[in-house]
Amino acid sequence: MGWFKRLKEGIQTATKNKKEAPDGLWYHCKECKEAVTMKELRTNFFKCPKCDIHVRIGSHDYFDLLFDGKFEIHFDEILSADPLEFKDVKTYPDRLIAAKKKTSLSDAICVATGKIKKKPIVIAAMDFSFIGGSMGSVVGERISRAIDLAIETRTPFMIISKSGGARMMEASYSLMQMAKTSVKLSQLAKAGIPYFSFLTDPTTGGVTASFAMLGDLNFAEPNALIAFAGPRVVKETIKKDLPEGFQRSEFLLEHGFLDFIVDRSDLKDKLGELLVLFDESGVKQASIAP
Amino acid sequence: MVFLEFEKPLEVLYEKLEKIKQVGADGEIDVTDMVVNLEKRIAKRQKEIFTNLTPWQRVQLSRHPDRPYTLFYINHICKKFTELHGDRKFKDDKAMVGGIGSIDGQTVVIIGQQKGTDTKMRQFRNFGMANPEGYRKALRLMKLAERFGFPVITLIDTPGAFPGIEAEERGQAEAIARNLFEMAQLKVPILSYVIGEGASGGAIGIGLGDRVFMLENTWYSVISPENCSTILWRNWDHKIDAADALKLTANDMFKTGIVDGIVKEPMGGAHTKPEEMCKMLKRHIKKQLNELMEIPTEQLIEQRIDKYANIGVYEQLETKEL
Repeated sequence: MGWFKRLKEGIQTATKNKKEAPDGLWYHCKECKEAVTMKELRTNFFKCPKCDIHVRIGSHDYFDLLFDGKFEIHFDEILSADPLEFKDVKTYPDRLIAAKKKTSLSDAICVATGKIKKKPIVIAAMDFSFIGGSMGSVVGERISRAIDLAIETRTPFMIISKSGGARMMEASYSLMQMAKTSVKLSQLAKAGIPYFSFLTDPTTGGVTASFAMLGDLNFAEPNALIAFAGPRVVKETIKKDLPEGFQRSEFLLEHGFLDFIVDRSDLKDKLGELLVLFDESGVKQASIAP
Repeated sequence: MVFLEFEKPLEVLYEKLEKIKQVGADGEIDVTDMVVNLEKRIAKRQKEIFTNLTPWQRVQLSRHPDRPYTLFYINHICKKFTELHGDRKFKDDKAMVGGIGSIDGQTVVIIGQQKGTDTKMRQFRNFGMANPEGYRKALRLMKLAERFGFPVITLIDTPGAFPGIEAEERGQAEAIARNLFEMAQLKVPILSYVIGEGASGGAIGIGLGDRVFMLENTWYSVISPENCSTILWRNWDHKIDAADALKLTANDMFKTGIVDGIVKEPMGGAHTKPEEMCKMLKRHIKKQLNELMEIPTEQLIEQRIDKYANIGVYEQLETKEL
């Protein structure tokens, strides 16, 4: 029994603020309870070296892992407003300020362009640390613009999903982002640009029920929670214990909703391969074939 | 008649009216004047109650046990309606109904969630909570409509897509996502109405219309007030606050521009005069269909995509300060 209780699980700080963190700091794995140094964790793709669990990481961590060096951030000038003047126990603007302070992020998704194994790609990656990775107008708009950018530049598009679902403080606007992102993806599909949906722990609610399930390819990290209704809601509904492994990546693969599961350490190589297979010249040929 | 809590003053008056009518029916005394007077009082009181409904009261009305449901509307609006069953993949979902029929000579495909009218039927209809096969049936019927150029009408009335084990196994999320994706490019007009409850993904899964309208006493949002209260306030007691905060009424949704208009209900709610409600809805549908069917297909799809691509409120910094 420790003296201190861990209040928040997972890594909460954005990578860009964490680079200074001394490599000697310890990370305590919530699965196997083993302690490893931050350096060990980072060099092991943020997977616990002892039990291989994929620790939740942020958009910038993925960008660092995937891009060949440099990448460019887009659309971070688009920020949340408070259209409904929403107030529960806190006001929405207060929640936004707190989230920005805690994470140094501007919202729950970050769009970047760069190259993976010399192949250009547009990536929109979600941050669970920002209000549970919830989808509001900003998430919808940044995805929408990322899709426009992918169409204009004829570049493959990927979304890294990591979300608790809708941003309740934007109520109906939040709900409509499901429609917004889906109609935009229908345009991307029409333009013949490949869309990879990469689902990470956790991907639930309105995000799963829109862009996360609409990939030309859907793939996930191992053991990620992927659901429409979260396990707690399902359990309350059916009043029974849930089967082992329910709503995990392996379960979704088995039931036919994922193309494959990829370990984080293989992700860059796998994407490099896919980008070659879906190369623009190939895409063009496909679109003129009868 | 079932009276909601805020309608209790009316219940007393209605009881009186019944008694007086009974006396009249028994003979001797002429009660005509008394009946007329009392009916006037009822109408006046009803107007008072119904002109200032709170969002939570509207939510309650949207769930009124006597409220007309999808098949009631379909049977009163359509002629020669044939219900079409099954998703051709797994089974027939009883919580989602649909079929083909005629509205004054125009063949249409109508789809909607269906609630049950008594305990047994409520279970049979799974309380209007569709499983993935329901959404897939809806899509199959929309594709049928597309092939033959029939407009699609969807009637939304659900407390949510069903959150069960099998629903998750069969891909509830994928089924809803697929509908959104396919509806975006559907080559025929889609006209959607929230006729009762419009809860979250379960509602929008058939709700991506060229035009979307709400009946006066309905709600449409990302979550029910009860569940919103549980998540944000951490208990069930703030459903009234949540109903206010979510801006989920037809009025609020029209103000934000997310829905295109409001369909009036008879005074006292759709359930007080269901046949009249059907007539009002039919008139509305016919007018909208006439307009939508004039729009060339390419333009229709373009407008639909623009409509949804433009929903969202955000700030945009002039220079990159981050």
